[in-house]
Amino acid sequence: MSDHHHHSHGPDEPSHLSDMDVRVRALETLLTRKGYVDPAALDRIIEIYETEVGPHNGARVVAKAWSDPAFHDWLLQDATAAIASLGYTGRQGEHMVAVANTPQVHNMVVCTLCSCYPWPILGLPPVWYKSAAYRAKAVMNPRGVLADFGVTLPEQSTFRVWDSTAEVRYLVLPMRPPGTEHLNEEQLALRVTRNSMIGTGLALTEVA
Amino acid sequence: MNGVHDMGGMQGFGRVMPEANEPLFHAPWESRAMAVTVAMGASGQWNIDLARSARESLPPAIYLTSSYYEIWIRALEQLTLERGMVTASELSSGQMQDPPRPVARVLKLDTVDAALAAGSPTLRETGSPARFAIGQLVRARNIHPQGHTRLPRYVRGHTGKVVMVHGAHVYPDSHVERAVPPFNTNAEWLYTVVFDGPELWGDDADPQVQVSVDAWEPYLEAVL
Repeated sequence: MSDHHHHSHGPDEPSHLSDMDVRVRALETLLTRKGYVDPAALDRIIEIYETEVGPHNGARVVAKAWSDPAFHDWLLQDATAAIASLGYTGRQGEHMVAVANTPQVHNMVVCTLCSCYPWPILGLPPVWYKSAAYRAKAVMNPRGVLADFGVTLPEQSTFRVWDSTAEVRYLVLPMRPPGTEHLNEEQLALRVTRNSMIGTGLALTEVA
Repeated sequence: MNGVHDMGGMQGFGRVMPEANEPLFHAPWESRAMAVTVAMGASGQWNIDLARSARESLPPAIYLTSSYYEIWIRALEQLTLERGMVTASELSSGQMQDPPRPVARVLKLDTVDAALAAGSPTLRETGSPARFAIGQLVRARNIHPQGHTRLPRYVRGHTGKVVMVHGAHVYPDSHVERAVPPFNTNAEWLYTVVFDGPELWGDDADPQVQVSVDAWEPYLEAVL
């Protein structure tokens, strides 16, 4: 008698998570025994994205662009080099382009084909970014997407959607909120949300 | 492939549902799934386009009802099975029965940071000049390849304008030609092409929407 369970339930039922837990454990164990992966390396990969690489990196890029006109121009001309100068490089950010929001134009980034996302500056993508709803809707109705996030822009705003279908990764440079002229870079970085760098939100007018 | 992964402009998925204070992972297995996928990618036994191809080749109903990390794991199982790196019996038991196959690389603890920081740039030197220039009108070709492609359906047959030229990048459609190394790393010129909303979605569409894709030269034709 096999101890394998043959479940017939659907993917949204609670026991599904434990099914995946078993499945991933079995796969990791097997790949480790085969010598294809080093479990300590897996721990380190997780640690990097849990503690080191995340949207705080991108916030630092944006705050510097708001504060330093030369860096701002460099970022818009050669984002890969400008971002690398702050130490953010590599996997899923090899070729960066920064696009600036203006009072007339609002930028939004999507990957309709999979889940391409600028990891070195934003970390791992949130679930909504990878969802069918976002991937389907962003290129057809970006104004409706913003409404889903509770954000409304003036009627006359132009929406510029960037579908990252290749290995170029996009950073939205949000507009600097009014009344922040006196803030330094560290303080400004606290106004920069992850969503504002994807284009599904705006920078904060006050500290959350 | 005209798969369900090609979601741009599909309808009926409802509103986008952001999660307040979303955790980085929703279960411990998600973090292991992410890490094992990244580490196995470094084995060099497939490339990013073969990995994407494996994900979008999952049965459509599975793709649509799986979380993204589940899609990654199901594709990883397929990628290792297809190369004889694991067997179906081993996957179901978790026990090693056959000896391992040689791999190009094993990502060890002391190389993780450097590997992630280096990434895998796709920009390549090319001897051929770019066929299109910034400002030029181009049409996305009406093509329906059976295999992996990165030209989304919603732009095919539509006319847009070149706004960026990114150099020559490894071409996904030929990057998947060989399942195992050495891969075909042929590069083609890559452009950002922007389309007006009504060109893509009809006269009723929001005229204040513009959408761009990054398209390799073979996806495009000149508009005369």
